[in-house]
Amino acid sequence: MRFLFKTSYEQDTRLFRDRIDASWYVLLAVAVLILPAVLPAYYVGETTWVFIYAIGGVSLMVLVGYTGLVSLGHAAFLGIGAYAHAFFLEHGVPWVLSAAMAVTITTACGLVVGLPALRMTGIYLAIATLAFAVIVQEVFTRWESVTHGLSGMAVPKATIFGVSFESERAFYYLCLFLFVLTLWLTRNLLRAPTGRAWIAIRDSEIAAQSMGVNLAIYKSIAFAYSAGLMGLAGVLFAHKIAYLAPDIFTILLSIQFLLLVIVGGLGSLHGAVFGAIFVALLPPLIAILRDSIPASFADLAAASGVSLLGSIGEGIGNFLRKPGVEAGIFGLILVLVIVLEPLGMYGRWVKLRIFFSTFPMYKRATFKRQRSYMKSERLR
Amino acid sequence: MTFFEADNLSIHFGGIRAVDGVSFRITQGEVFTIIGPNGAGKTTIFNLVSRFYDPTDGRLVFEGNDITKVPAHRIAALGIARTFQNIELFEHATLLQNLLLARHAHKKSGFFSELLFLPSVRRFEVEHREAVEKVIDFLDLQQYRDSLIVNLPYGVRKVAELARALCTGPKLLLLDEPSSGLNVEETEDMAFWIQDIKNLLGVTVLMVEHDMKLVSAVSDRVLALNYGRPLALGTPQEVQGHPEVISAYLGG
Repeated sequence: MRFLFKTSYEQDTRLFRDRIDASWYVLLAVAVLILPAVLPAYYVGETTWVFIYAIGGVSLMVLVGYTGLVSLGHAAFLGIGAYAHAFFLEHGVPWVLSAAMAVTITTACGLVVGLPALRMTGIYLAIATLAFAVIVQEVFTRWESVTHGLSGMAVPKATIFGVSFESERAFYYLCLFLFVLTLWLTRNLLRAPTGRAWIAIRDSEIAAQSMGVNLAIYKSIAFAYSAGLMGLAGVLFAHKIAYLAPDIFTILLSIQFLLLVIVGGLGSLHGAVFGAIFVALLPPLIAILRDSIPASFADLAAASGVSLLGSIGEGIGNFLRKPGVEAGIFGLILVLVIVLEPLGMYGRWVKLRIFFSTFPMYKRATFKRQRSYMKSERLR
Repeated sequence: MTFFEADNLSIHFGGIRAVDGVSFRITQGEVFTIIGPNGAGKTTIFNLVSRFYDPTDGRLVFEGNDITKVPAHRIAALGIARTFQNIELFEHATLLQNLLLARHAHKKSGFFSELLFLPSVRRFEVEHREAVEKVIDFLDLQQYRDSLIVNLPYGVRKVAELARALCTGPKLLLLDEPSSGLNVEETEDMAFWIQDIKNLLGVTVLMVEHDMKLVSAVSDRVLALNYGRPLALGTPQEVQGHPEVISAYLGG
């Protein structure tokens, strides 16, 4: 177990806790950088999804996990970013400018949608954002001169300053770069007064107000920033799926992002990344299991001579091939996480880390959930 | 110049006159306490002063400025801080984050400099931290710096809320029942701190309190309320001996 002796106030504003922490992140960075060199192109493509989802996850984490405002309409922001970018590229706007304009437009939309958030909280806000998402989806369908409606819209390949990002590997690095940039900017805000104001709004609006936080301004900033990041995710999303259609940006996608932040762990940036890994890699994992389980069970059956094993493997394979299984597994995991680990994958990770760092002195009661005090007579 | 004045302050919720024509003046450097039975309108006065409620009638004056129409989030910057009867800390943040948030009214950095965490932001953070550390030392909260509020016992939370109010750098401190839920020993500590806040920090205190021992130990003047109307104003002894106050508490 190592102790951190603090000797200056600046230590608490640093990005990394200490050298040892920083070196772990360097190690992770190296691993992520050499990954495309060792993985087949297909898996590089799947890993790229992690970065795109993580940008979206950070976006929703700022809003839900830090500011405490629930949104069921984030797929709309993703869609606006994606369509705007595709539209500008189609009209010959250079990539960087097009992406910047797409992000600006989404930020502006976030600002407008955030206005009702000044008056609403909880379930009412969720419904308002849901309504927004439905309207936006309808606009995608009807505004044919821009979105080509139901016939869909092909997205040109990414070419930045003459460099093509067409290959899976090149696009991986582009997404990685923007993902790291997102994390850095968000982390900066969170360790500065703005992030603290968000946390304050989440935990007690009235106390935040009496400490000088202008609720209207900080809620609007949270909504705009969150929408802007979602727009950025949308830019990458557009390239990744290559063909935009209105039925991609449905409520199900919004829910998937909400699931991402809850499973990852509300109130931490790690959570957004863990959640993104989970949401992006579960479908390919199911696909792999679907093919490999029957085969390996068949091998086992042949080796042991028990034919029952073969049919069990066949059964699991057939079950995984059924339509809707993926959504079912997502739902099951969501329920299990909420019941067993409200802090999500990040909470589990913290426990695991503390178990090893205090081994063999770990106490089971360390994370025992405590009863919190009633808050009666709250001003609302 | 009057330090703080409430002039004919009234608020009506429908037919209920929660506060009905209350006037009082607070001079700088005193501890002014409001007492009264439940429902007398004490906390409502606090909510009027911290501008969560708009008064139906009357005026609030602080340091010569009319603050009757100032929005709630500007009050802290003027130099009025408050605590809450039922602790309103930011529970899923550390004590340090709670106290640093209290520096929000003195924030100098803009959004974009924070986005890039420019050296100026880092410098401001250290400045805020220095101010916060003074309060931590003043109230002996060193060991709880990095604890989440949810993990702190009730007594410490009460002190933490006092610390948060002090971190805003107030001239007038509003304490809503500082001793509620505290044991005898903790209440005594609270009395010492209130005296220190008055004598060492030179902060004026407006307090709502039920514990008459604490009230008579620290207050310079006491205002007794009942049904939103003032009953008596004077030293703790005068008010406690006032026949109308006794009948309001004991009935009859």
